Amino acid sequence: MAASIPWTIKHAAPGRSNHATKATTEPALVRWSLIAVAVVFLGAFLLLPLGVVFGSAFEKGFRFYINSLSEPDALAAIKLTLIATGIAVPMNLIFGVAAAWAIGKFDFIGKSVLITLIDLPFSVSPVVSGLIYVLLFGLQGLMGPWLIAHDIRIIFAVPGIVLATIFVTFPFVARELLPMMQAQGNDEEEAALTLGANGWQTFFRVTVPNVKWALLYGVILCNARAMGEFGAVSVVSGHIRGLTNTMPLHIEILYNDYQFVAAFAVASLLALLALLTLVVKGIVEWKTRQQLAEQATASGETRQ
Amino acid sequence: MSISVRDIRKDFGHFTALDGVSLEIPDGQLVALLGPSGSGKTTLLRIIAGLEFPDCGTVQFDGRDITERSARERRVGFVFQHYALFRHMTVFENIAFGLRVRPRKFRPSNGQIRTKVNELLRLIQLQNQAQRYPSQLSGGQRQRVALARALAVEPSVLLLDEPFGSLDAKVRMELRRWLRQLHDEVHITSVFVTHDQDEALEVSDRVAVMNEGRIEQVGSPEEVYNQPASPFVYNFLGNVNLFHGRVDDNRAYIHESATGNLVFVRPHLLDIDRQPGSPNSFRARTRHINSAGALVKIEAVTDWGAPVHIEMSQDRLRELQLVKDEVIFVIPKEVAVFRNNRLS
Repeated sequence: MAASIPWTIKHAAPGRSNHATKATTEPALVRWSLIAVAVVFLGAFLLLPLGVVFGSAFEKGFRFYINSLSEPDALAAIKLTLIATGIAVPMNLIFGVAAAWAIGKFDFIGKSVLITLIDLPFSVSPVVSGLIYVLLFGLQGLMGPWLIAHDIRIIFAVPGIVLATIFVTFPFVARELLPMMQAQGNDEEEAALTLGANGWQTFFRVTVPNVKWALLYGVILCNARAMGEFGAVSVVSGHIRGLTNTMPLHIEILYNDYQFVAAFAVASLLALLALLTLVVKGIVEWKTRQQLAEQATASGETRQ
Repeated sequence: MSISVRDIRKDFGHFTALDGVSLEIPDGQLVALLGPSGSGKTTLLRIIAGLEFPDCGTVQFDGRDITERSARERRVGFVFQHYALFRHMTVFENIAFGLRVRPRKFRPSNGQIRTKVNELLRLIQLQNQAQRYPSQLSGGQRQRVALARALAVEPSVLLLDEPFGSLDAKVRMELRRWLRQLHDEVHITSVFVTHDQDEALEVSDRVAVMNEGRIEQVGSPEEVYNQPASPFVYNFLGNVNLFHGRVDDNRAYIHESATGNLVFVRPHLLDIDRQPGSPNSFRARTRHINSAGALVKIEAVTDWGAPVHIEMSQDRLRELQLVKDEVIFVIPKEVAVFRNNRLS
């Protein structure tokens, strides 16, 4: 802290600010060219495509846009995406909280194995993840004959899509919570215990409120990925229009049929979701950082 | 409520934290567990609280065996070293927590909770901070909130883990006097862990000195300070001069080789003479004289090169008119001799 004081004084002194900044930054030419590179890069790879998506979506007017979203196949795809996400996110929420709680607050044999397993979906290609389910539940798969005998359909049906989505998105919540829970330690839980709280009370009144922003952040990321997942879902879906197509799959079909405007119309929905996610994520990140900073100052003061 | 700990053993992997510890704590006393870090004092406290379970041995409250009971069932008040306040709750809610989590049948009404919490806030002199969050409080205030929170559930035993460990010197002094006063008022059986000998000697009724997972000595502060039972206790409590020596006919001969005896002398039990009159004296040369403070601290070196610390009053220093680099004769007034770690 002490080191920052002379700098603020220098900045505050009139006419001396240039001298102060010169010592710590690059020449103007370098600065501006670096900024230009960053802006061009952002524009070309992020803003331009985003503009193209919305531009193309509205190419044939607003009415056509609405029509392409409200035709039965598109509606079915939106509905299926919502169903898959609606199941995958709560499941991963429960799993993520439980896993992070177990890893962050307790010591047990096989802890590092569990951490590696949680990271598995990050390191495995989504297509491979999808194929795993086909090999497990498909017609020629391990459990295929048994499933057929009992008339249960998983592959090329909604359960397969939900399973693939859950698999691909399950690290998000746990990964966000883990560092937070590990940093906070067990002191507050132990305090709650000595004060007579039972396990559930400790969990809901002490553990969860302490990680709520990280939890929300994890849910947002998980949700965004669940809605946009393509690879794994594509393998298990079977692409049956109106039945097993999610939004990303529906977009691909439309695009392959040269229905560009309709494809972009549906794509714009996903892009909109992404933008919304970014805004919420920004707010939550800011809140989380605030909380971490508070914790840092709190523990810093106690160590004096 | 009295606490009785019998033959407790606790290992963490290859490290033995407690090695057969027994301790009796009578009802209503304030007992300090004193020892260096790694001596097992915190582990013992956590075992009494039920936050840790012993590998063998028993813990009894009022003669009832509660070794298998969880922390929740033991009704102990525990104050953590780093306070462990609930950071997302106000001071008021922190203190009220223990009452709010009670089963519906035993839960006091909101009004009763408010009365109780306000009473405790008065006790810790933080009435105006009820709506603040822990992060907005100073270390000393947090510590008091942690204490009030522990007292709110009317525990049968109060356990404090290094309660003043992370506070600065002045707040520490204030708080430990306050804790002593509080204990005189509420008379709850209390155990606190500390590595600070002054704290233990000033605050507690009894001190248990711990070292390497064992209790070295239990006694009143006067007992452990004036009659240390082992070289460790002698060394750990207060400053001390250590000589190696030999014992013959009830006389200790210091600075002799191949003996195996340890001779301890407290710095304030050494007198200085300018003449070699006394048969008990030995020669030394003054190195440094520090007269800032109530006592004058003198550093000297014996003829055989061992450092000696001497403490005397300012008056005595004026009488002697000592200066640096002078030959003096040191007379031990009282020594403690240990042979093979036993007092002899």
